[in-house]
Amino acid sequence: MLLTHVGRYILMLKGMFTRPENWRMYWKEFMRQCVDIGIGSLSIVLIISVFIGGVSTIQTAYQLVSPIIPKSTIGQVVRDTMILEFCPTITSIVLAGVVGSKIASELGNMRVSEQIDALEIMGINTKSYLIFPKILAALLTVPMLVVISGFVGIWSGKIAGVVAGILSAQQYMQGIVLDFKPFNIVFALAKSYTFAFIISSIPAYFGYHVQGGALEIGQASTKAVVISCILILLADYGLAALLLQNG
Amino acid sequence: MIELKHVCKRFGDKEILHDISAIMETGKANLIIGASGSGKTVLMKCMVGLLEIDEGEVLYDGVSFSSMSNIERKHIRKEIGMLFQGAALFDSMTVEQNVMFPLEMFSNMSYRERKKRVDACLDRVNLQDAHKKYPAEISGGMKKRVGIARAIVLNPKYLFCDEPNSGLDPQTSMLIDKLIHEITVEFNITTIINTHDMNSVMEIGDHIVYLYEGRKQWEGSNRDIIFSQDEKLNQFIFASQFLQDAKEMRQQALLHSNSSDTR
Repeated sequence: MLLTHVGRYILMLKGMFTRPENWRMYWKEFMRQCVDIGIGSLSIVLIISVFIGGVSTIQTAYQLVSPIIPKSTIGQVVRDTMILEFCPTITSIVLAGVVGSKIASELGNMRVSEQIDALEIMGINTKSYLIFPKILAALLTVPMLVVISGFVGIWSGKIAGVVAGILSAQQYMQGIVLDFKPFNIVFALAKSYTFAFIISSIPAYFGYHVQGGALEIGQASTKAVVISCILILLADYGLAALLLQNG
Repeated sequence: MIELKHVCKRFGDKEILHDISAIMETGKANLIIGASGSGKTVLMKCMVGLLEIDEGEVLYDGVSFSSMSNIERKHIRKEIGMLFQGAALFDSMTVEQNVMFPLEMFSNMSYRERKKRVDACLDRVNLQDAHKKYPAEISGGMKKRVGIARAIVLNPKYLFCDEPNSGLDPQTSMLIDKLIHEITVEFNITTIINTHDMNSVMEIGDHIVYLYEGRKQWEGSNRDIIFSQDEKLNQFIFASQFLQDAKEMRQQALLHSNSSDTR
């Protein structure tokens, strides 16, 4: 069963790489997906980042009770937690719900209402026209959202710390620049590209292969989100083990 | 012309289509009729390549479609228009965008030329005021007409219609049937229609193939069907007493007109 899914998933990915029938139409579809995935998810990403940043500062301060630890360490811990884990992973898990369910249900509905068949009859490679632009758009916009999330999260951490009287803005900023490793950004981006691929291709697979009706579309959508989340967490562990072990 | 030669299709151990041979003629409405589950839709999907046949051949103007690669099939598919049971319009596009889509994808026309062609197609199906509406905002009959407009926008040589009047009232059904028949004759295209609608059979059935449990049970025209002695066909077509009476009246009228012609 699992092998069948893996096989069909690989065949779906392989089937995407054909010469487009019309580059202009594919570009149009790609731009539409960029707007849907990128702009469409911006507000939720901003809201999550603001709260994650704020909560991180308060909880870090709560745990760092020793007087020998400088307050600026809070900024440093928040920065690294946001960049290394919270921004790429939490943002991607939320996007798996928002974007993943949308992709799965859109393709599922197109399959059930024979819209995919209609495109096939016209001689259009539906994998290439419907799935490839979604994956490309996710690969372009999700890392952007993660970067925005990072900035907003760290900034809101500062606001939360200052408003709660935990530390001053200056102390926080000292922590932010203290012992900064540029590799962390590379690591966060590597994660976000991997997660972007997961949250677009897995729901596309489940949506594209729906059989049945409205009930099956809902089931495919749920399955797509659940499996995307599990794969994100697995990939998160894998990437951390692979890239951070010697750090 | 589309020719079916000994077409067989199985799903697992279950044989859905068994040794079906027929010739779908150009400029005629070729009807595939049969009860639900008789294999009509599977046969149509096999003909357009959405399903692969297990045995036999499908020939488009003498060229074997079933043995072609996907790339070769693309060329044939550009000459195929299809109207789906639920019209299969793209939800995110307006009526105009739906009809324009194949032109945008496959033609090098300018926007003005495309617009002109779309207007002509929508006029042809009597839809002048729905250009900017979305599929969710129009009726079932209108959706079918948009589906027909989209199917004919690239001047296809072959038109496939899967149950074009399912879910429509009798009057709208007849309008859709008439429209499909007119387009078939006007553009001299090979039209294949899947239906189990008695009105369609009698009104536009230039050539009829009756499927029974995946086998070709009977073949003829709407004129022949009146005199057919095939028990299964008669049970399917003239299911009610009302239709049996209508059949007898039609038989008498036809016999009367034949004898008048002889005199």
